[in-house]
Amino acid sequence: MANKRLLALATVAVLALSACSSTATTAPAATPAPAGTTAATPAPAATTAAKPYISIVSKGFQHQFWQAVKKGAEDEAATEGATVNFIGPNTEADVQPQLDMLNTELAKKPAALCFAALDSKAAGPILQKFQDQKIPVIAFDSGVDSTIPLTTVATDNVAAAALAADKMAAAIGGSGKVGVIIHDQTSRTGIDRGTGFLNEMKAKYPNIKIIGPQYGAGDVAKSADLAKSMLAANPDIKGFFGGNEGSIEGVINAVNELHLNGKITLIGYDSGQPQLDAINGGTELGAITQNPIGIGAQCVVNAMKAIKGQTTFDKNVDTGFMWYDKTNITDPKIVAVLYK
Amino acid sequence: MSNAPGLPLPAGRSGALIRADFFQRFLAFGALIVLILFFQVWCVAIGTNFLTFENLVNILVATAVVGVLALGETFVIITGGIDLSVGTVLTISMVMTAVCITSQHLPVPVGILVGFLTGGLMGLINGVLVAHLKLAPFIATLGILNVARGLSLVLTQTRPIYFAGDNGFQSGVMGNLFGVKLSGEFGIPIIAILMFAAALFAAFLLGKTVLGRYTFALGSNEEAARLSGVNVAKWKMLVYVVCGLFAGLAGVLSAARLGSAQPATGFGLELSAISAVVIGGTSLSGGEGTILGTVIGAFIVYVLTYGLQFVNVPQEWQIVVTGIVVIGAVYIDNLRRRQRA
Repeated sequence: MANKRLLALATVAVLALSACSSTATTAPAATPAPAGTTAATPAPAATTAAKPYISIVSKGFQHQFWQAVKKGAEDEAATEGATVNFIGPNTEADVQPQLDMLNTELAKKPAALCFAALDSKAAGPILQKFQDQKIPVIAFDSGVDSTIPLTTVATDNVAAAALAADKMAAAIGGSGKVGVIIHDQTSRTGIDRGTGFLNEMKAKYPNIKIIGPQYGAGDVAKSADLAKSMLAANPDIKGFFGGNEGSIEGVINAVNELHLNGKITLIGYDSGQPQLDAINGGTELGAITQNPIGIGAQCVVNAMKAIKGQTTFDKNVDTGFMWYDKTNITDPKIVAVLYK
Repeated sequence: MSNAPGLPLPAGRSGALIRADFFQRFLAFGALIVLILFFQVWCVAIGTNFLTFENLVNILVATAVVGVLALGETFVIITGGIDLSVGTVLTISMVMTAVCITSQHLPVPVGILVGFLTGGLMGLINGVLVAHLKLAPFIATLGILNVARGLSLVLTQTRPIYFAGDNGFQSGVMGNLFGVKLSGEFGIPIIAILMFAAALFAAFLLGKTVLGRYTFALGSNEEAARLSGVNVAKWKMLVYVVCGLFAGLAGVLSAARLGSAQPATGFGLELSAISAVVIGGTSLSGGEGTILGTVIGAFIVYVLTYGLQFVNVPQEWQIVVTGIVVIGAVYIDNLRRRQRA
């Protein structure tokens, strides 16, 4: 009997641990967050002092991209004299936990909300409550499919993916097969990057045949498996485009495992240590980088404008994108927007 | 079937049962109160207030879905089994409700019924695998977890299904009793009322029916139950069906909450549900547990989640704290059991 109870206790311990760590294994972020960004002390609460409190509800927080957005927002808040609280669900499938987070932030009566929706329609009723309480809403990244946000701070992903297509076509000589792995076909970024890349290829490079796109949920292991099966079915693939950090890291892993380094042209998105290593080592040609720090900063800039009473905004705030490869990876302008 | 009239509770336990139950309820409930007071003190220290009606409503809404999932899970865990599939059974029930209401244009009540029954059907499959084919519950339900997860993606072609316009479904479940608006001052959301109603029904099922008695009997000593003439396979299967039906109900509630069926969501909720059940004092070795404990356990999980965000604890630490609380709760429960034995 005692043994049975011990066993039960052990089972619970394992379950409890896996309940907490399951997010780490399913989330796209493969690298642990740098110590400096994790060990923060609780920020002062909503209602203290005169500092405006801005809630930032993101699509995630573990991925290095989101940590860079967070840093941009916190730095800008420090200079503008605001307090921000940056939160996001554990995985991009956590639609309901994101709604719970919005409810909690609403209860804190923030001066403004910055929001990247996992599902715009599901969040609709809660956003309506923000509007009812006259709390300005700024959308960012994927944006929010609604008229409530004053503006959307994001990368022009269609144009950025088209640039990636041009670079790919130039690298493989304008003909051959190119595999495409995107994180999903439901989020704004997934749709824009997929169509941006495919439409540019269709319009300008008729001799390039696209394999896919396949969808790997931004998961490194899943994207690696997709890349391998695409290579098995099409051994003559000349290049791969990965639509976000997790997607391209998966492709890099697949190429490493199959010892095809340098034989296939890889083009990725965003940064992160594995990708930077691959570009420096010659496995990956280059990548599109957004400006996550700029996205975070512009969120706060526009939220502060709204708090100060500005009511008319441009529909979109483009935070820009850049192409980087081995030749300009040490350029200070590029270094400033890359993250490890 | 046999009517097995004199199926006794294991000797020596029936006398202590009431006292133990009382202590168990007191322990979990006390923990919940302590937790709420802890956050109130913290909030006052940073100049805000935790004990507000808005916070209460938010916590009720956040708890409802996992609370209902945990009700069904309680039955299975009391038999000494486990059901890992409840999270994705929720998903497929949500998807079936949405498919019926949107692409099949069936009336809303039919959609709700289909979602509910889908949960029951998945539970039946779990039950057959565990009770009749004698597969280990951990493995059988892990398999069904993936079957349900995959089928949800297949049925929706991996895209969310939205309920077009207001057909009374979402506003019906998410609205308020007494007709007060959610943003207004006083109004308990109907989704929370439904959770409490489901809990009352579960408590009745567990405490006052033959099914409930056999649930405990199977968990205390399955062999003794079998020798007393209980059709073990049949009742065990029914317990999994009950669990599936609650998961189906949770799926319907979740669909209403989200205004859509989200095929990728749900996976992982089984761990929250199991946490709620064990925090509530139900023993993973079977034979003991209460519905009240499970409801309190679910509230502890969500008060903790909500409170930690409310006082701006960084998310990384929220995850750590939640894990420690589960282990701590079960350890204390274990100590108490050992003292009693």
